[in-house]
Formats: sequence, structure tokens, C-alpha cells
Amino acid sequence: MEDLEQFRLDVREWLEANCPESQRQPMTPEEQYWGGRRGEFPSEDARRWFERMRDKGWTAPEWPTEYGGGGLTALEGRVLKEEMKRIHARTPLYGIGIWMLGPAVLEYGNKEQKEQHIRAIVNGETRWAQGYSEPGAGSDLASLQCKAEDKGDHFLVNGSKIWTTAADRCDWIFCLVRTNPNVKKQEGISFLLIDMDDPGVSTTPIALISGESEFCQTFFDDVKVPKENLVAELNKGWSVAKALLVHERKLMAEMGSDSPRHILVPNMAAHEYLEFENGKIVDARLRSDLVDYDMQMQAVALTHFRTFEEKSAGIRSAAPMVMKYVGTEAEKTKSELLLAIMGSRGLGWEGDEFNAQEIDTVRLWAMSKAMTIAGGSSEIQLNLIAKNVLELPQS
Amino acid sequence: MALVLNEEQRLLQDTARDFLTSNAPVEALRMLRDNNDAVGYSGQLWQQMADMGWASIILPEAYGGLDFGFVGLGVILEESGRTLTASPLFASAVVGASALLLGGSEAHKQTLLPAIASGKLTLALALEESHHHRPTHIATTAEKQGDSFLLNGRKRFVLDGHSADKLIVVARSSGAESDNQGLSLFLVDRTTSGVTCQRTVLMDSRNASNIQFENVVVPATDLLGDADEGWKILEPLLDRGRVAIAAEMMGYSLEAFDRTVAYLKEREQFGALIGSFQALQHRKAHMQSELELCRSVLLQALSAVDDSPEDLPMLASLAKTKLNELVKLVTNEAVQMHGGIGVTDELEIGFFLKRARVAIQIFGDTGYHKDRYATLCGY
Repeated sequence: MEDLEQFRLDVREWLEANCPESQRQPMTPEEQYWGGRRGEFPSEDARRWFERMRDKGWTAPEWPTEYGGGGLTALEGRVLKEEMKRIHARTPLYGIGIWMLGPAVLEYGNKEQKEQHIRAIVNGETRWAQGYSEPGAGSDLASLQCKAEDKGDHFLVNGSKIWTTAADRCDWIFCLVRTNPNVKKQEGISFLLIDMDDPGVSTTPIALISGESEFCQTFFDDVKVPKENLVAELNKGWSVAKALLVHERKLMAEMGSDSPRHILVPNMAAHEYLEFENGKIVDARLRSDLVDYDMQMQAVALTHFRTFEEKSAGIRSAAPMVMKYVGTEAEKTKSELLLAIMGSRGLGWEGDEFNAQEIDTVRLWAMSKAMTIAGGSSEIQLNLIAKNVLELPQS
Repeated sequence: MALVLNEEQRLLQDTARDFLTSNAPVEALRMLRDNNDAVGYSGQLWQQMADMGWASIILPEAYGGLDFGFVGLGVILEESGRTLTASPLFASAVVGASALLLGGSEAHKQTLLPAIASGKLTLALALEESHHHRPTHIATTAEKQGDSFLLNGRKRFVLDGHSADKLIVVARSSGAESDNQGLSLFLVDRTTSGVTCQRTVLMDSRNASNIQFENVVVPATDLLGDADEGWKILEPLLDRGRVAIAAEMMGYSLEAFDRTVAYLKEREQFGALIGSFQALQHRKAHMQSELELCRSVLLQALSAVDDSPEDLPMLASLAKTKLNELVKLVTNEAVQMHGGIGVTDELEIGFFLKRARVAIQIFGDTGYHKDRYATLCGY
């Protein structure tokens, strides 16, 4: 514990000396750096900040140093996060590589795969997309049809993947592919890494109700993928995918508390947009909705702390299993509440009649609808709790 | 602050569960009810509980206590909630003892706390006057007359009021009817002349009373804290009580929930176990999520009593609200999912349903605590 306190002081001193002032301000989505061949730094300061963090391995603080990571323990990683949050230091590098593919390769990949991909992620050289869902395989992910046929020295991939986040700006994509159509659906799936520059790979953006097009559909047309790009054993991809989904759900559950946007908090919005009398919101219904939301969020935040404490103490509980469901549902509630509080000022789509905060809130409201669908819908989460926590009989 | 139980607390939990399931199961409450038991709990059981140290769990060692803190207390209360055990644990060992700890003179503490700890003395808080929790709306008067006070008024919903040896009476010594200023707390023997106690029969088969005070003379030495400054004791006292009853409510919720899950795994209809039906699975899974949130809230609120009293008002209102909502949802669903047998007296689920409704009213219902939380949040 004493060492941890010393570590905290060292981190604080280093951040103080190395994090440029401009990188301690809230940022817009446009100011995030996602790396990759097409990645551009929004400013010179962002580049400097990224390079300093990269050189410490702190773009991926808890990954092993032999592949360029920071080599920190979970507790040290948390201290770093806390200290960065304290000075509002920006996250220097975002990416599905850091959140998902890296952990998967570190756990299931071989030495060559680690050497090829991990350092490139830490250094921001490759940006990754995720190829899981297909037009015909959403909640029923295991029914996926995109196939990889064994052609001796390579796999031949045909099919398409949907909801591939920012795939038009990514370098590589990790995919779940059908390698055996003749067995139980979960047992014929493999986990394959595909270079998006390979011939036959193409990507189209999808326009969403939020007005954004961050998601794409990616097509594979006779794409030749080298055999060494298979992660874990052939037909064992479902285990890798399940482990990664747990990871993704944890990230989604926490997304609200770590939103890069400068968005409204309902309590503050109430003071800005609602009528008060004797210190109370006049509209009893909105006051009641607001207190429900605030209570729920405090309960969710406390449960996040509890899962961390349980993990540190080596105690297993059902709490992590419910976080994706409660966290994303709470985010959706928050967006609806903000719109209700803002009235007709919470309807603006674009133009100068509404301020940036108002328009952002509306756009986020539309985006929040995806939170309870992506990464396993709320209904799928409830199925999982019923099956894995309550052990209810399956039909 | 700790959101996980330590080794000692987990051991306490095991001990409590073993003891209560074999010595004070729900069946024991049914017998008290069916026999119209005059006291409403088993004195012998309470003595055993006190012998194990449960009556003194929050008391400092100096007064014969175990000094296990509220997190330790919460473990016991939760287990006694699982078995719906009737005892003076909440009214006396938590609320009564806390009143003395917060407002008692050294003489009170020296003489009364060890008596509470040994199970020989029981207390009850005489607070409510209307059918809703409004702790500052006090019309009962305390008139100063020389070295004494004269109490007049009527209290209701006094938990364990008919069996307690001493009452802690909240009375108005000055101020207007809804002021939090001008309240005073008195320690009054239940058998004092002018005190009339009428036991009420509530749906939960536990103990509550209406009590009349007519020209009751109380010596000034039996004032808890300073005259007119009772709110300074009462508010933290109620918050401790709210967190404690929330812990007991967690026990009702868990037990009703677990019994229902078990039933879903054995009851067949349409040729299948009903637990395989998604219409039921999703509702149970949603309740599991709420249970997890309530678990975190409860642990944080319990440890705030011990470690960060400045956070207690908000956390106590949060915990009482969340547990009120949880126990209402879980007990209603328990009855519904049991189907026809769920509305029979034979099945114990009904005892949980009814006890939950009483607990929801103790020290503030959901509306009361949402309003308080909103006010503390600045809106």
C-alpha cells in the first residue's frame, strides 16, 4: 500500500510535467485520437501528449512491457486512471485495439501474433474494427454465416459483417467466421484477423438516426487470409468471442461515466431549464423523474465500486453480470430525462437557434438508443442473467 | 468504506443464519400469531440472541458492547429478515441504543446500555403522530414545571411499544407544530402513571402500539440531550434506523426472491418447468439487477454510519427508497409467480408480503425519502 502511494505521487508528478495544458480540457469527439494509418492528430499538443504516454507504455498501461505496454498492476492502473481524471487529462489514444483485440490476442494469441499486433496497437499504428454481427445474425450472433474455407495455405473468406465501427478508417478487422457448417452453431466458429487492405475487402458507412455514420457494413468477396491469422484453435472462436463480449459489456456499462462529450447532467439541466419555487422544481412529475434517475445513478456508481472491490478481494458475485443492463438502461433514461427537462429546446437538430450543448444532447439522445442494442441487447442480458446467475431452466 | 464484507462479518453471517433458521424460522412467527401471544416475540429467544452479543453489536466495549459497527449489525438484521424473526432487535438494540449513544448522559449510558446489551432492558421510540412519517410534525407537548416536564399527547405506530420497558418520547417543548426546532426527547418508563398503551394488530403479526400520554411527569434528568434541541439527536437517530430497517428489508427481499426462484425450478405447466418461460425469466433477471444495486447501496449506507456520518442523510434516504421499492416489487412478484398457492395462508410467502408493507412505512415511505433526497440534491 505504501508503494502504491509512492506510485501515485510519482504519477502525479510525471503527469504534471508532461501533460500539456491544452490536453487537460474536455474534448469533442472530433478531438479524439484513434491512431491507425489514416489517423490524424487534432493538434501538435495532442501528438506530443500521445507520444509521451506511448513511450511510457501508458496508452495500454496494464499490458506487458515486452510488447510495449506499461506493465502496471490492476491497482496501479487504477491509480493512473484516477490521477489522469484528477487533472482532466485526455485519453491519448482510443481504439477497439486497446479495448478488445489486444486483450484477446494477449490471452489467446500465439507469440508471433502478439509480436505482430500488440506493439502496433500500443503505438497507435493500427486501428482495429470488430466484425461480429451480420445482417442475419444480430442477437442470435452464433448463427453467423460469413464463411472461411480452408484452401490449404490460406482461408477464403466470403460474406459480410455489419455494425463494424468506423471500419472505413480502420486497418485491420477481427472477425468471427463460419469454418464448419456441419456442427452445433457455436462449435463451427473461428476467430480470424483480416488486413482491410487485402483485395476483396470493401466498406460502406450506414447513416443512423443520430445523423452520424460511425457504423459501417464490410463486405468480403473471395478474400485470401493467411492461416497464421487464426487466433486460438480452429472452431474455437466462440470462446474468444464470449470472453471479449464480457469485456465489451463492461466498457459499455461504464461508458456513461467516461463520456468524452461535454454534455449536460440532468440536475444541472434542471436548474437551467426548469422553474423553481422555494428551492424546489415546480413540475412535480419532472422532479420525481429526476430524483429517480439520480438515485439510480448513485446506485449504479456504487455497484461499479463494489465490483472493483470484489475483484481486488477475489470475491465473485453476480454484480458484474448486471452492469451492462443497468448501466445502458440508465443512460437511455438520462437522455429521455434531459429532453423532457429541455422541452422544445431539446428538439433542435442543427443551426444557430440552439446552442452546441442542446444539439449535442439531442444527438446523444438518438445515439443512446443503440446502447441497449449493441454488445448484446438488454433482452439478451436478461436471458444471460436468467441462465448464468439464476440458473433457470432453458427451453 | 468497504463494499465487501470482511472475514469476521462473513463468519457472523454464517452463525446468524444457522441460529435463526433452526431457532426462529418463519414458522415461529406463525405460532406467535396463531397463539395470540401477548408479548409478540419469544423472550427466551431474545435472551439467547442477547447472549450471543446481538443486542450489543453496535455498542462500544466500554458499555458491554461488541463494537462491531453497523456493517456487522446489518448482517444480523438481514439474516433475521430472511426468517422474519420477531424480536426487539430493531426497536431496542438499534433505535433505542442509538438514541442513548447519540443523546444520553453518561449516567444513562452507564446504567442503561449494559442492561440493553444483556437483554434485560428494552426500549421503544414513540415518535409518529399521524398516519404518515412526519418527524417534525409533533403536537405532543412537554411543559416545563420546575425540575420536571409534563407530557401530553398521543403517539401511534410505536414499534414494540406495548412490550418495551422504557419509551423514548419525542415531544414539543417550544416552537410551531412543524418546526424542527423546539423538539425534546424524553426517557419514560412505560408503566409511569398517565401512560396508556393500546396494542394494535397489524398485518405483519408483529408489534406496534398506540400510546396516550396524559399529564405524565418526567424528571428533567430523563431528558435526552438538550431541551428544544431534540432534532439534533432525532435526525441521525432516524437515519440509523432507516439504514438498519433497510438491511432487514434486504433479508425479506432475498428470501422471497430465492424461494420464488426455487419454485420456478420445480413447478411444471404446459409440460415444462415454468422457470423456462421467458415472460418470467426477464422479470426475475430484472429483479436480480435491482438486488445487486440495493446490495451496494445498503453496504455503503451501513458503513457511512460508522465511517462518514456526513454522507448519512443522503445514503439513508437512498437506501430506504431503494429497499422500499425492491421489497415491494419482489414480494408482489413472489406471490404472482407462485400463482394460486401464493395467496394461501399456508404458504409463507404471504408473511413476507405483509411484513414488507409494514417495513415500507417505518421511518419514511418512498415518497418521503425521494422528497428528502431531492431537497438534499438542491432541487
